[in-house]
Amino acid sequence: MAELSAEKTREPFIRIARRTGIHWYQSWGVRVVAVFLALVVNALFIHGVTGLNPVEVYRIMWTGTFESKYNFLTTLRDMSILYCVALALTPAFRMRFWNIGGEGQVLMGALASALLMIYGDQLPNGLLLPLMILCSAAFGAVWAFIPAWFKAKWNTNETLFTLMMNYVAINIVNALTNIWRGAKSSLGTLNTQTKAGWWPKFLGYRFMPFLLIVAALAILIKIYIHRSKHGYELSVLGDSPNTARYAGINVKKVILRTMILSGALCGLAGFGIVSGVDMTISSGTARGYGFTAIIVAWLAHLEPEYMALISFLLIFLDKGAAQITSAYSVLNDYASQVITAIILFFILGSEFFVNYRLVFRRRYPGMPAPASAAASAGVQTTDADRKEGARS
Amino acid sequence: MSDHPKIPAVSMRGITKRFGSVTANNHCSLDIQNGEILALLGENGSGKTTLMNMLAGLYYPDEGQIFLDGREVSINSPHDAFSLGIGMVHQHFKLVDVLTATENIILGIGEKGKLDLKAAAAKIRSICETYGFDLNPDQKIYDMSVSQKQTVEIVKVLYRGARILILDEPTAVLTPQETDRLFTIIHNMKDDGKAIVIITHKLNEVKRISDRVAILRKGECVGVYPTSEISIQEMTDRMVGHKVVLNIERPVPKTPPEQKIFIRNLTVVDEDGLTRLDHVSFYMNTSEILGVAGISGSGQKELLESIAGLQRVQSGSIEYKDDSGNLLELVGRDPLEIARLGITLSFVPEDRLGMGLVGDMDITDNIMLRSFRDGRSVFTNRRTPKKLAGKIVNDLDVKTPSLATPVRKLSGGNVQKVLVGREIASAPRVLLTAYAVRGLDINSAYQIYDLLNQQKERGVAVLYVGEDLDVLMALCDKIMVLAGGKLAGIVDPRVTTKEAIGLMMTGGAGKEEQKNG
Repeated sequence: MAELSAEKTREPFIRIARRTGIHWYQSWGVRVVAVFLALVVNALFIHGVTGLNPVEVYRIMWTGTFESKYNFLTTLRDMSILYCVALALTPAFRMRFWNIGGEGQVLMGALASALLMIYGDQLPNGLLLPLMILCSAAFGAVWAFIPAWFKAKWNTNETLFTLMMNYVAINIVNALTNIWRGAKSSLGTLNTQTKAGWWPKFLGYRFMPFLLIVAALAILIKIYIHRSKHGYELSVLGDSPNTARYAGINVKKVILRTMILSGALCGLAGFGIVSGVDMTISSGTARGYGFTAIIVAWLAHLEPEYMALISFLLIFLDKGAAQITSAYSVLNDYASQVITAIILFFILGSEFFVNYRLVFRRRYPGMPAPASAAASAGVQTTDADRKEGARS
Repeated sequence: MSDHPKIPAVSMRGITKRFGSVTANNHCSLDIQNGEILALLGENGSGKTTLMNMLAGLYYPDEGQIFLDGREVSINSPHDAFSLGIGMVHQHFKLVDVLTATENIILGIGEKGKLDLKAAAAKIRSICETYGFDLNPDQKIYDMSVSQKQTVEIVKVLYRGARILILDEPTAVLTPQETDRLFTIIHNMKDDGKAIVIITHKLNEVKRISDRVAILRKGECVGVYPTSEISIQEMTDRMVGHKVVLNIERPVPKTPPEQKIFIRNLTVVDEDGLTRLDHVSFYMNTSEILGVAGISGSGQKELLESIAGLQRVQSGSIEYKDDSGNLLELVGRDPLEIARLGITLSFVPEDRLGMGLVGDMDITDNIMLRSFRDGRSVFTNRRTPKKLAGKIVNDLDVKTPSLATPVRKLSGGNVQKVLVGREIASAPRVLLTAYAVRGLDINSAYQIYDLLNQQKERGVAVLYVGEDLDVLMALCDKIMVLAGGKLAGIVDPRVTTKEAIGLMMTGGAGKEEQKNG
């Protein structure tokens, strides 16, 4: 016992303590510093591996989005689709229903639109487009309803179920495009002559209306989750299913309702891609956004306004990576992915420092801390930070 | 180990611990001697558990020093605490159900060499013999009663060589007989020279068992007294900081009691096919507090949840007599359907954050849990709940930084006040409460008793599931005793004794009493 206590008399060099009462400008400060550090690390990586001037590489990355109006608008376009999927997943995630099936739901929505473009090209656009919207939403909703129904009925694991539904959707689309393309190597753009099922241009761009729809959707989702009775119910359910039952909330109904909404909005994103961007369909139509949107939603703490920011950032990185790949032969696709990954890694890591702080060993143990961490950080210790530990 | 009796086993000096802006402990100094039982007293949130958690290595103090046998130590982890001979038995047991007592006890020790369960079991038996534990090392945890599980937890820390034991509210879940047995064991451990700290809210137990009493108030040590020199009234006054009136009233209701809810042959079978309630029949009166006594897990939870519409009932009926005398069947209806029958039934469940409240939501949002459907709008109205929340916080003296604080961050007593406040605010006709004062300090507990009495005087039929028999005897008009899911009898607390109830709780009383009057 004696020798043990002798070696244990020193305070640990670093401890982790929970941060409390952090101000918005501090948390954003942490995030900005994280991005800056990521750029520094990336610079070392770029220079160390390729000997290129990192500043020049960053400049080229920047041009991926900001070089021209075209680049900027493409970024906006892709962002709006990613954003739409993230918004779609939000109600389900707030309910703690792990909808990993966004990819499949988007693809089924896209399939509905493609079907109508192929078999309904005789219809006038004024009728065809609304029909496409409805059917896309319905297809997405059905794809989300199936796992939700099994969850509500038999409490199956929704994570695996929704994940598997993605592969079913991908293969249905593969099978159908194989039939449609016939002898051609790919399906190609649909209805190039009639432009049936193509979004009309607005402000000169075909995707513009979709962008506006997504912006409106963001506001609606924000209101839905925070102000509506439905939103309240799904938050209660997400936190504690027992409390939901106690409060007389119909758990099964809320699961089904929320997933139908989630799937329908994913389907809408599928419509947006087929009708406003690709004008065709393939198994890659959803672009992996069903998965990327999960990152967007959680990084934004499931708040629509931050999701806009995060989805823009992710698309910006994506475009930047593509740009440097084409500009430098030494920075191939893999290298640019490493750069993107490092930046994401730092952003994710910064969330730790937003929630926790490190406490270093004081020089004079036993003395009162010269400046408690809270005071030195200038924290106006708000009250919202009683910790569980403060209970007796 | 110190040979010199003057050096305390543990000496905490100037311990300060802050959580953000909240100071849980402020320059606390405390000595614990070998061979003594020290009771640690304090209201909820006074920092008792935090102080002890720093000894057990769960927290690290911001300031101050800890000495063991006069030598300064630094306890960075529970592992450090163990190797220094400090063991803590927490309020909530941390055992693996499917393992045996022995397996649980040696779990995580990481002794070198081959795993020798037999040798471990033998060592456990010898510990049991030394101190008088009644424990079968080969029994699985899921087969054990709460008291047996607690025994496993205590033996676990002794097995690891603890000589400083911290027991956090050990009697909260025990019957009087089990408490007696535990106290004998604690005395044996004391005689063996161990230093024992016991955290409890039950002051008569403090009086009975401890040698000295340390009182914490708002994170500060306000004094240490020899138990023989301080009365229960003085203890309370020092804990709270002002005079407190210590008696539970049992007012005579202004309106005579009337039968309100009839429960007949209620039987509940759980998912594993175990009978949780076995043909239980009784009725609840208006203007009356019906107490329910029983070892925890005797069917109290199932009984309350059946009445509240949250439990699948195997057979039997629960009928509610409405004001015009019609009998309404509650079995087979969910809480919403019951509410739509016009029955205002309030329920304070045992699991506050897991069933009664939403931990991540703020006070206002929790207040509207019952009423958010009101009105035809698709949007929620937070204005009325916010006003009500403010009133509850004000009336019940809920200590919270603001109404926007998530209830998870409030201390146990304050969480309970929010829950009870909400349930009472709906002006119920029936009020079901499960362990309404569990973990509450004396001041908050008396506030809850007052609230229950107010409801009784309003003519509400109150069901009070409790664990402290002294309180049940003082507060309730009738006491129903459950033993293993069966009704062991209904007694009048004015004429019966604690011991008689304790005997019924363990199933010792006659079965002919099942049919209640």
